[in-house]
Amino acid sequence: MNSQQLTAQQPTAPTRPGTVVEFTGVVKEFSGMRALDGFNLTLHAGECVALLGPSGSGKTTALRVLAGLESTDAGSITIDGIDVSALSTSKRDMGMVFQSYSLFPHLSAGENVEFGLRMRKIKPAERRRRAAASLAMVGLDDHFDRFAHQLSGGQQQRVALARALVTEPRVLLLDEPLSALDAKVRVQLRDEIRRIQTELGITTLFVTHDQDEALAVADRVAVMRAGNIEQVGTPEELYSRPATPFIADFVGLSNRIDGLVRSARAEVYGTSLPLIDPATPDGPVTVSIRPEDIEFAAEGLAATVVTSSFLGSLRRTTLRLADGTILFLQHGVRVHPKAGENVFVNFTGAPVSTERVETASVAQQQS
Amino acid sequence: MTGLTTNGVAHAPSRTVRTIILGVVGVIFAVPIVAMIEFTLRAGLVGGYNVDRWVALFQSGFTGVYRPVLVALGNSVALAIGTVLIVLLLLIPTMLLVHIRFPRLRRVLEFICILPITIPAIVLVVGLAPVYAIVARMLGSGVWTLAFAYGITVLPFAYRAIQSNLDGVDVKTLTEAARTLGAGWGSVLLRVLVPNLRRGILAGAFIAVAVVLGEFTIASLLNRVNLQTALVVVSKVDPYTAVILSLLALAFAFLLLLVIGRLGAPRTRTSRRRTTVKGPA
Repeated sequence: MNSQQLTAQQPTAPTRPGTVVEFTGVVKEFSGMRALDGFNLTLHAGECVALLGPSGSGKTTALRVLAGLESTDAGSITIDGIDVSALSTSKRDMGMVFQSYSLFPHLSAGENVEFGLRMRKIKPAERRRRAAASLAMVGLDDHFDRFAHQLSGGQQQRVALARALVTEPRVLLLDEPLSALDAKVRVQLRDEIRRIQTELGITTLFVTHDQDEALAVADRVAVMRAGNIEQVGTPEELYSRPATPFIADFVGLSNRIDGLVRSARAEVYGTSLPLIDPATPDGPVTVSIRPEDIEFAAEGLAATVVTSSFLGSLRRTTLRLADGTILFLQHGVRVHPKAGENVFVNFTGAPVSTERVETASVAQQQS
Repeated sequence: MTGLTTNGVAHAPSRTVRTIILGVVGVIFAVPIVAMIEFTLRAGLVGGYNVDRWVALFQSGFTGVYRPVLVALGNSVALAIGTVLIVLLLLIPTMLLVHIRFPRLRRVLEFICILPITIPAIVLVVGLAPVYAIVARMLGSGVWTLAFAYGITVLPFAYRAIQSNLDGVDVKTLTEAARTLGAGWGSVLLRVLVPNLRRGILAGAFIAVAVVLGEFTIASLLNRVNLQTALVVVSKVDPYTAVILSLLALAFAFLLLLVIGRLGAPRTRTSRRRTTVKGPA
C-alpha cells in the first residue's frame, strides 16, 4: 500500500507561502494545575515543529489551545499576526489529525474527506474531485467508498490526514497521529507525513512523545517539560548539543557517568573530553555520553560484556566496568561481542553535557 | 484504541437453540393475539365462526359508538409524536451536552432519568394532578398536554437506549474532528452525532411510541381520552368490537414502528464497530 511515495503524487494544494504561528506567554490551567506556564513558541512559515515531551508536559495542551479546543487563561496566539484566541475552532482554518481514530463511522472515506469542503459549501462535483485528489496524495485513491471499519489503522490515519489537508488549511496539527499504529506502519506513515508536509509547505505542529518520530519528521524540535519549552532546535542541535541533561536523556540515549570538570574539560576514567558548554564551573559532575560516542578499541578502559542485542541496522551492547559501572554502546552489526567476553573501550571525544552532582537525579533514564 | 472486544460471539447459541427460544417467545406473544382473533370470530352461543362483526364494523365506517375510538387513536398518535419530540429535542441534546461538556453531571442525569421507573404510574398521577391544574390554566386542558407526563414516563427507557449507543461512540473525538473541519455546533449535531447515534435514537423513539400507545393509567386518572381509555369505554358496550379495535390498534402500532424504522434507517449497512481480531481466536 506504500509503493507510491517515491513517485511524487500531485499535491492537492498548491504550494503557497506558509503561515506564521506565534504563542506568546500562553498560560493554561486545569483545576489549579498549570499545563502551560508562559508558553512561547514561534512556528515559521512552512516549518514543521515537533513538540516532544513526557506525558503531562503540556505538549498536547499547546496543540489543543492552538486548535481552539481549549481556551487560554493568559497570553496570546497569533496566526499571521492576527490574534485568534477568541476565534472558535470551526473558524480557525486548521487541519487536525487525532491520536485516536477519528473518521466519521457513518461516512465513507471519500465522504469523510469531503466533510470539510461540505462545511465550506463547495459544490458536489468539485468536492468529489478534490477529495479524490487528496486521497490520492495519501495513496488511497482506490478506497474512496470504503468505511472506517473496512480500513486498517494506518489507512484510517491516512484518510484522516487527507481529510485534514483537503481544505488547504493554514496550519496542520498532528496530535500523536502514529501512536496507535504498529511499528512498521508507524515508520512508513511518519516518512509519508514528512514528504507531504514538505511538498505542500504547510506550517505544521506535530505533538509526540516518541523522540525518533520527532527527530525524523521535524525541522525543529521543541522539548517540553512542566508546561514550558526546555530547549528548541534542529534535531541535530538537540542531539549533539543538548542544553540540559534532561534533554540529553530525553533525546536519544545517554550513559550517565561520574566525572570531574576541570579547566573547561570533563574528565572521565582518565579521558579528557570537550564540553558542550565550556562555561561549566569546575567540580564533580555527572557526564552524559551518547552510546555511539563509545567504541571498542585494542586497549583502553577494560570492561566485561553483559549483553549484546541486535537492533537491525545496529547493535547495542551493555558492558560492566571493573568498578561495577554499567555502560552501553552502539556499534555496527559486524562486531558481535559475546556475553562474558573481556573487551577494551575508548571514548570518541565528542562533546558531552554535564550536570553538577549536587543537583543530580533530576531526570530518569528515558529510552 | 483498546484491543479488547466484547467477545459474545464465541458462546453464541446454536441454530436449533435459537430457533427454540424464538419459537417459545413467539408462541407466548401469539397466544393472546390468536385468542383475541378467535373471540371476535365467534358466531354466538351456538358455536361456529363468522366474520360478521368485522364486516359490520367496516361497513358502518367507524361511525356511531365507535367514532370516539378513532378520535382517541388520533389523540394517542399526537401524544406519541409529542413524546418523541420531547425525547429528541430535550433529552438527546441534554445527554450530549452532559457527555461532552459536563461529564461529572452524568451520574446525576442518569439518576434523574432512571427515577420514573421506580415510581408507579398511579403515584405519579397523585403528584401530577396539581401540576396539571396549573398546566390546564396556562395551556388549556388539551389532550396533547399529557405528552409532558409521558415524556417523564419514557425517560428511563429512552435514556438507556441512547446512553448505550453513546458509550459505543467516541463522541468527543468525532465532535472535535468535525469542529476543526469547520463545522458549527448545528452541523456537528445533525451531520455527525445524530447519524452515529441513529440506532439509540431510533430505539428511544420506538419505546416512546410503544409506551404512549399502550398507556392507560395516567390518561384515565387525569380524565383525558386516549386510545386505551376509549377502548375500555367501548368494551363496556360491546366487548367484541372492543377486541376488534384492540387488534386494529395493535396492527396500527406495529405498522407505525415499521415506518419509523424505515424512515430512520435510510442507509442500512454494517456499521458495526471496528473489531481488531486478527487471525484465529
